[in-house]
Parts: sequence; C-alpha cells; structure tokens
Amino acid sequence: MKPLSTVDGLVLPLDRANVDTDAIIPKQYLKSVKRTGFGPNLFDDWRYLEPGEPGMDHSKRKPNPDFVLNAPRYQGAEILLARKNFGCGSSREHAVWALTDYGIRVVIAPSFADIFFGNSFKNGLLPIVLDEAIVDRLFQEVEATPGYRLKVDLAAQTVTTPSGEAFHFEVGEFHKYCLLNGLDDIGLTLQHADEIRAYEQRRRAQAPWLFR
Amino acid sequence: MTGKTLYDKLWDAHVVRTEPDGTALIYIDRHLVHEVTSPQAFEGLRLAGRKPWRTDTVLAVPDHNVPTTHRDQGISDPVSRLQVETLNANVHEFGITFFPMNDVRQGIVHVIGPEQGATLPGMTVVCGDSHTSTHGAFGALAFGIGTSEVEHVLATQCLLQKKMKNMLVSVDGRVGPGVTAKDIVLAIIGEIGTAGGTGYAIEFGGEAIRALSMEGRMTVCNMAIEAGARAGMVAVDETTIEYVKGRTYAPTGDLWEKAVAAWRELKSDADARFDRVVRLDATAIAPQVSWGTSPEMVVPVTGRVPDPAEATDPVKASGMKRALEYMGLAANTPIEQIAIDKVFIGSCTNSRIEDLRAAAAVVRGRKVADNVKLAMVVPGSGLVKQQAEQEGLDKVFLEAGFEWREPGCSMCLAMNADRLEPGERCASTSNRNFEGRQGQGGRTHLVSPAMAAAAAVTGHFTDVRQLAQS
Ligand code: SF4
Repeated sequence: MKPLSTVDGLVLPLDRANVDTDAIIPKQYLKSVKRTGFGPNLFDDWRYLEPGEPGMDHSKRKPNPDFVLNAPRYQGAEILLARKNFGCGSSREHAVWALTDYGIRVVIAPSFADIFFGNSFKNGLLPIVLDEAIVDRLFQEVEATPGYRLKVDLAAQTVTTPSGEAFHFEVGEFHKYCLLNGLDDIGLTLQHADEIRAYEQRRRAQAPWLFR
Repeated sequence: MTGKTLYDKLWDAHVVRTEPDGTALIYIDRHLVHEVTSPQAFEGLRLAGRKPWRTDTVLAVPDHNVPTTHRDQGISDPVSRLQVETLNANVHEFGITFFPMNDVRQGIVHVIGPEQGATLPGMTVVCGDSHTSTHGAFGALAFGIGTSEVEHVLATQCLLQKKMKNMLVSVDGRVGPGVTAKDIVLAIIGEIGTAGGTGYAIEFGGEAIRALSMEGRMTVCNMAIEAGARAGMVAVDETTIEYVKGRTYAPTGDLWEKAVAAWRELKSDADARFDRVVRLDATAIAPQVSWGTSPEMVVPVTGRVPDPAEATDPVKASGMKRALEYMGLAANTPIEQIAIDKVFIGSCTNSRIEDLRAAAAVVRGRKVADNVKLAMVVPGSGLVKQQAEQEGLDKVFLEAGFEWREPGCSMCLAMNADRLEPGERCASTSNRNFEGRQGQGGRTHLVSPAMAAAAAVTGHFTDVRQLAQS
C-alpha cells in the first residue's frame, strides 16, 4: 500500500447524499479479477451518456456534460467532497479501487457507510468525517471558487482551506499508523500468530464443535 | 455490573487481542467465499507466498455470475466465465470446500450457509458481501467485509475491528395476515433510515420477531445493512435450534448437546444496556412497497408516492426529486395505480422455501397479467429448488406464466443475463432499489414475495390482503 501523509489537492464536489457503491462502480465491472483499471468506470452510469460494458474503449464513449466529474475545472481532482452516508450498499472494495485508480486520495463527507470506511484504509484512501455544517460551507466555497484546493495533513489531522482556516478531524490511531507508513496489516497481524494459536486452544476447549 | 447484550457476548468470545486505541483482533469461525470479491484476495495470498490459516472454516460457491437457464451449456459471457473459473482454480489450489455451479448444493452464498448448517449460533461469520448480516438470524455475529479483509481472514483467521455500538429494534405485538418479515424490515428501514444503523450492531427483538420462522429472521437480518448496520442479529431460541438440528455441518451426538447448552445463553441479559432502542408496533405495519432509489424510500401499499414539496430538509427534497425522476413517478400517485413490467422473486432476501410457498399461495389458480413481460422465480439454492418441485410449486408458477429458473443472484444485481431494460419497472423481492441495480435505467420496487406475486397477477401493485379475500 502507498503511504499517505499530506495531500494538497483540487476538490471535486459531488452534491448527493447516500451515494451507493453501485453508483460508484456498477456491477458489470466487478467481473474483473484484478485490482486495477477501474478508474475509467468510476461513477460510470452518471458519467457517460450511453451504457458501458467491460472491455470497451471508455475513452471513446460520450461523457455526460452535466455530471460534475466531467467539468473541465475539476480535472485532476484528488479530494472528493461528498454528502452523508457516502459509500452505502455493497461491500465491494472495487468502489475504493475505482476512486483511487481515478486519482482520488481523500474523501470528505459528514458520514460514511461502515464497510466502505474500513475498505478505504486498506487501500491508502483517507475518508475524513467533518461536521455537516462545515461540509456545507466547503461545498459553497468549492462551487464559488475555480481551482479550489484543500490541504490535508494526516499526521496533524487537519484539513486546511485556501484562506488558512483549519478543521480538525478524527482518525483511529491504528488506521493512521498503517496509512502513514503504508503498512500491510496482514503482516502486522501475523506478528501475533502465537496469540491467535493460544486463542484457538482456549476456544477449542470451550466450543469443540467449531473445530472439526 | 450491568448485563451483556447478545452482541457483547459474541464479541467478547472472539477477541484475540486489543490494541491501545480499541482496535481488536477478532477470530473468525466461518468464512464464506464467492467469485466476485475473492479473486484479488487469493492473488494477494499468492503474491505474498501465504497459505490460508484454516481451510476447514471456508466454504466457497459461485452465485453472482451464474446463468439461471441452460446450465449444461456453461457460462456464455467470457468475462463472467473467467471469474467463475478463477474461483474454481483458487479453491483447488488452496484446498477449500466448494459447491460448483452444477452441484445441487450450489446457490446464493447466504442461502446455502444456513441450509448446510455451516452457519451456527455463536459463530463469527464473514463473507465478502454486505448481506452477510443474514446469518445473524442464528444468534451469530455476521457481517460483510471487503476484499482486503477476505485476504486478511484467509491468511490469519482474524479480522481487525472496532467494536460497534448496540441497538435494539423491538417489534412489539403481532403482524396481521398478509404481512411478512420483508414488510417488517422495510418498515424498520423506513423508520430509522438507510444510515440509521451506521456504527451499530442491531439486535432485532420483540414478539413479532420471536414469532418469525428462521427464514423470516434471515430476511430481516439480511436487510440490516440496508439500514446501515453491518450486523443484524436475533437471539437463539427453540426455533433456531430446531432449524439447525440434523443439518450437514451441524454437530451431532454429545457435541450437539454441549453446543445447544452453550447456544441457549445467546441472548441479551435482562439488564443489558443498548445505546439506542427503537420500537415499532407490529399491528400497524401494512405490506410495504418502495417507491424510490433507496430502501428507506418506502410506503405502505395503501399509501401514495410522497411529495418532495413536503420535505423540510433541502438535501432530502432534492434526493426525493431525483428519485422520482429516475423512477418515472409523479408525487401523490396511489401506489396501487403503479403498473409493472417485470417481476423478480428471488435473492438472498427472499428465495427460501417459505418465500416460494408464500408467492405460490397467491399465484395458485391465477395468471400473470398481460402487461407483465416477464415474471421469474429464482430459487435460492439447488436444494430449495428441489424441495419446491417436490411440493409442486414449480407447476403453480409455470401454469400461471412464470419462468422457473436455476439458483443464483440473478436479477438481484443483474451481473448475469437477467436484467431490466432502461425504463422497465420491476416488482422485486430483492433488497436494493439503487439506480441501475437491476440493469441500467431499470426501476426497482422492493416488496415481499406475496406482494410480488400479487403484482404479477394483477399487473400493478395490489394489497395482497385484499386479493386473498376476493
Ligand atoms: S442475491 Fe443479491 S444481495 Fe444477495 S448476495 Fe446475491 S447479489 Fe448480493
């Protein structure tokens, strides 16, 4: 996993609540057996005018000019600003892979669905929860200001606006540590292999039907 | 000391170690695997040169991509075929128990786990699929995980988790005739919203839940995730134990007695504390129909499509407007006046034998309405299909004009050939009415199997309670 410490990035505002994982990456693209290549199909149904299928040359498809992702001023965005309950629906990690493959490194929203939130950290994508009122203000500022950027500092746990105003955000110590260092948490867990075996021994005595 | 909730008990029994910030390593007893969310996890294992920790806890099945017709001809879509073949190759390489596409035990992963007794009370059950919450019906801690976590469980038998908060949803009193588990859970989601359960593990209780069969409890827990809760659960009682008894992977003999004694403790203590309690009056629940593009957008069949002009929150109002536009509906239309194009009875929410019986009871002696282009029944597993055929349910459906298919996810998410065309309107027993879920531009209305059957034979949404009387 790529480490993440600071991002100074252009902000893409997606002004919809309850954006679900089916919308982030439609099911036909889940047939892939790879972790990469999902970027061109991020928000596929909203982003293109005609339906898409895997294997198409997506650069030849007609973009929907009304969808915010296609606006010239938001090209190259690394920070997605979203509304509440972002990433609800299925457990598909492909939703996170689509965002990171597109180039998004941070998502800011008033709330996230639980599975999406967890999946993000495993892939170097930082989900930041800010107050609904703050998110609302950021939406207004982004839309009013072409080239609007935010500075995210994970170590300091701050989001800073162009005017220098900084908002604090919460992040679990363990998630922060893994993200800052780009650590593979399987390797970390395997350092506790003895404890896992000790648990198994205890558990086998209590609930032997689970070990047959 | 205050008592423990069911969730507290399940959690405490599975903690291996806890980090200073509260992140815990919890042990996983059952890992269900399907073709869509596992290939990258197996690939990760291979690249790191790792082996699965305990293959005997893993059960794999293809369900999302499999065709529901002409199984003998294999999978025609090459991309789907590759994914299913990749699963076949992975389970062989790693030595994992597997029910291939043409095995009678094959079916939707959340149907076959319980059916085989692979899901047991007191277990932690995970799967790379959000509807893993289904298995909580057994007094198990069951939740969906992402692909990185699938790899993590394969490699370590554990998961890193933070403990969730406790919510009790109590459905008091008894539902009336014609009102099912699906209506109960849709009403709950309508009440608390699609994010109402975020951060919580929900325990469903109350007289109406206790009165449900295991099939009904699975339907309710299945949709906990639609209320935002990663896990939903129901305490163990005689209904649970009766269901598990004699199933393939269930313990037998002395072990069975020992297990049952332990399982009887799997309920919240009388003095347990919940962070949030929600109560619903079961007697007030009518058959439900979703009208929008989120499962919280739901009304009783006797109601009307709501009016965004009456919403106070502007974000909510604009969401409603967008949903109405997508669904091609006008505000204030009576639900019973909405005509449908297709009917789908299936999915891990409602494809068990009891669901098929309920639908068949409505369909018997009636015909699919002329305006309905396709009405299909997709049993949840090969064994459900077999049972239904023994009971003659297939004939009831076929005589009415339904199609009778092979088991799989099918039109629940339309990864195979079963899908809606743009603009088509479907009465569906599945769990998600998101935009494009059943096919790009398709319009999904979530209902119970009996309500889907009623819509099929009348051509529009119909209060099944009236139909039964006529
Ligand atoms: S039936 Fe639908 S919801 Fe259930 S596992 Fe399959 S795709 Fe997911």
